[in-house]
Amino acid sequence: MANSSGAAKAAPWQDPSARPYVEIERVTKTFGDFKAVDDVSLKIYKGEIFCLLGASGCGKTTLLRMLGGFETPTSGRIVIDGEDMTGVPPYERPVNMMFQSYALFPHMNVEQNVAFGLKQDRVPRSEIVERVATMLELVKMGSFAKRKPHQLSGGQRQRVALARSLVKRPKVLLLDEPLGALDKKLREHTQFELIGLQDKLGVTFLVVTHDQEEAMTLASRIGVMDHGEIVQAGTPPEIYEFPSSKFVADFVGSVNMFEGKLVEDEPEYVRIGSAELGATIYVSHGISAAPEATVWAAIRPEKIFMSTAPPASTGPGSDNIVRGAVQDIAYLGDLSIYLVKLATGKVVRVTQPNTSRHAEAITWDQQVYLSWDTSSPVVVTR
Amino acid sequence: MNYRRSYFIVTCLAFGFAFLYVPILSMVVFSFNASKLVTVWDAANSPTLKWYYSLLHNEEILDAAWISLKVAVINASGAVILGTLAGFGLARFSQFRGRFTLNAMTTAPLVMPEVITGLSLLLLFVALEQLIGWPAGRGLTTMTIAHMTFSMAYVTVVVQSRMATFDTALEEAAMDLGALPVKVFFVITLPIIFPAILSGWLLAFTLSWDDLVISSFTSGPGSSTLPMVVFSKVRLGVSPEINVLATITIAVVTMMIVGVSFWLSRAARSEKAAD
Amino acid sequence: MKSLRSLSKIGVSGRGLVVTLPYLWLLLFFVVPFVIVLKISFSDIDLAIPPYKPLIEWIGKNSLAIKVNLNNYAFLFTDPLYLHALLNSIKVAFISTLLCLVIGYPIAYGIARSASTTRNVLLLLVVLPFWTSLLLRVYAWIGLLKANGVINNVLIWLGIIHEPLTMLYTPFAMYIGIVYSYLPFLILPLYANLEKMDWQLLEAAEDLGCRPWQAFYKITLPLSRNGILAGSMLVFIPAVGEFVIPALLGGPNALMIGRVLWDEFFSNRAWPVASAVAILLLVLLVPFMMWYQSVQARETAGAR
Repeated sequence: MANSSGAAKAAPWQDPSARPYVEIERVTKTFGDFKAVDDVSLKIYKGEIFCLLGASGCGKTTLLRMLGGFETPTSGRIVIDGEDMTGVPPYERPVNMMFQSYALFPHMNVEQNVAFGLKQDRVPRSEIVERVATMLELVKMGSFAKRKPHQLSGGQRQRVALARSLVKRPKVLLLDEPLGALDKKLREHTQFELIGLQDKLGVTFLVVTHDQEEAMTLASRIGVMDHGEIVQAGTPPEIYEFPSSKFVADFVGSVNMFEGKLVEDEPEYVRIGSAELGATIYVSHGISAAPEATVWAAIRPEKIFMSTAPPASTGPGSDNIVRGAVQDIAYLGDLSIYLVKLATGKVVRVTQPNTSRHAEAITWDQQVYLSWDTSSPVVVTR
Repeated sequence: MNYRRSYFIVTCLAFGFAFLYVPILSMVVFSFNASKLVTVWDAANSPTLKWYYSLLHNEEILDAAWISLKVAVINASGAVILGTLAGFGLARFSQFRGRFTLNAMTTAPLVMPEVITGLSLLLLFVALEQLIGWPAGRGLTTMTIAHMTFSMAYVTVVVQSRMATFDTALEEAAMDLGALPVKVFFVITLPIIFPAILSGWLLAFTLSWDDLVISSFTSGPGSSTLPMVVFSKVRLGVSPEINVLATITIAVVTMMIVGVSFWLSRAARSEKAAD
Repeated sequence: MKSLRSLSKIGVSGRGLVVTLPYLWLLLFFVVPFVIVLKISFSDIDLAIPPYKPLIEWIGKNSLAIKVNLNNYAFLFTDPLYLHALLNSIKVAFISTLLCLVIGYPIAYGIARSASTTRNVLLLLVVLPFWTSLLLRVYAWIGLLKANGVINNVLIWLGIIHEPLTMLYTPFAMYIGIVYSYLPFLILPLYANLEKMDWQLLEAAEDLGCRPWQAFYKITLPLSRNGILAGSMLVFIPAVGEFVIPALLGGPNALMIGRVLWDEFFSNRAWPVASAVAILLLVLLVPFMMWYQSVQARETAGAR
């Protein structure tokens, strides 16, 4: 969703000659015995919106704070636009942060808040006035210039915080859970506004969030973090469709995991026998795994077809088809979630859009067939 | 909070507050009593303002009040500086050399009996005088130093507890926008915790104004404070002028407290909304 | 600003500077004096100004004599007056603390449980006397308790008694004075502690079958332990060394150690003995002060 300006913009992370804007080199941070960030290396390119996604305690906020200068890495380097910034204090970095609580100065009005950073840089008065006014217009807070923070709503305070951190034209903007405090409708609206703003100003964003929907919407690339490590970094489609581990597959979106062993292993396809599933899974691409290794086939709920009549076979033999009974249905309006219990006892999650309103609705305890395309399963080995 | 009005609690509250206020009210009432015996109401000539007149022309008391005022103001201002630094340091810096000692030194004066503090300070001044010739004799300087020493402990507690609820993100945001830590303290932290500092100042002022024991130990000839004069008078029994002094004090304190709490609650409300 | 930046590049920490000033001040004006008190408690009394002999003296050209006089301490232990005063002080402080608890706990509880507007008013009312001079408030009791004071006059007028009661210059008066003066010191920390309590715990207890008094005893009381301890220490420790109240209300028989110290110092000019008394009192109270500090530390740690 993020690179809305078209596929014509080549992905810089795929270009080996592109110079990264922010380089995090083998950064570790320990607090006593606890390793908050464990040997993390990342390259972030100019103009990206990079999201660090993870559950609480995974180290994403610590990593962000190290980029902002509020924590010093125990080991490793942080390089921003070619300069080593590892030990540099926050007031000397060309980086600005938008805090989760916004941290607007309560004793100053909106204008003074936004002007604060410029004053510290000794920018001439007239220029400050002009830049503050422009930025406030950009975030649509121009008419609130003289108000104090306690007179603003949550969404308004967020815009002021954004304006305050962007007015200094930082090289990188760090955002700590930017949408966490907003309600659902406002969140969606603000997500798109943020992207638009970033596109217009060309600032590199680094966002930290635990909300995967937020990450998927905002990011040009996502870095999934767990226990202080980056377990996978890639574009939202890459992360979603090609997770590199069980953790990532399960963390981003929902997934059905089938444990099994390789029955056939060829360069163009593999066949996995899964006791859990009570059937074999035919995957139309090769994988690299040890012959006797346990593997997991991850299939997303929306990629499973559910029907009352037996489907035409989808692959050689009768792979990729199972039977079960509908155990539970959750109706969400635009789609429905079905929990189907197989003969083996395993429960499979299937989502189907409610495309039509008529009678062929599937109900509880109904016997159904589940099937999927041979390209749908993703095989993970850990 | 659907808490049943317990009659027991309400009764306790009523008696408790009666206990606290009856003596104060009795002093006020009898300040208008014409009789020199204070507590024997002279219905024929009361209520009267004659003792008020007499108090306000009492040289001894007025001089003492002036001395108390000078000491209290200087003490409060000095204690606020020392106490804010200590309170800020203890709240913000979780580790530094000497933290345990500083913490101990700022909590001990809160509970230590005043006779010990007073005695020890006097002996210090005497020893210093012998050693380096300063302070030359006891007087306003020694008293002010003594007061500042115990007042700052109270200010430290006030500032420290205010800093505990202070959002560190505000300081970090300021630094992130380019301000050096010193600047952040003066431009961001100090203005926001100002109400707490003001309470600290008032607290230090009051402690100094009312102090008897430490003042007695550390004062010199010609530097009698108001409490010292009052003490010498009341040792001998009741005196109507003291009732008047009490009434005036109560009136001033009440006005100040009500005024300051109004102002503080307004400031707190606007800040809370900012969270 | 530039110089400050370069300072921080060298690594001169701002934090050191912040705490150094109060640290040095307290070291000089709070800690050092106690060392001097200790030193003088070992000196001889002298008819001079200051009225004590130096501890360390030059005798002849190259010899230093350090005279540690333990007589002062011996005196304290052999003369029953001091021991009696000390024990009495502890007794009085202890009983006063209990009385403050009994009177103050319901008040603190009542305030903590009231609606927030009433609460602010009540707190103001508790705090107001605290800001009024202690001396004047103790004086108020003189007026109330003396032979032709307010209480006696009212009781006689009501016909309850015919002769005035002797209340002033008795231990009874002293207890009233101490409890009266120290009550806010108990109420405030206790209130601070009770205010943080989750009252839903009581509702949960009652839901599970507890009667209100039981719920109080099993839940509120244990949870308010830190507040009780903090408040009690704030009353007990200074009360042991209290001087003003025994002097004004207690009469000649109320022997409190604070008064003894004062008299030794001002009336007898016996500085060494007074110092010894101070040291003894300190030694006695330091464990309680440390206990208070640890209670406070636990309270803030729990709140974090």
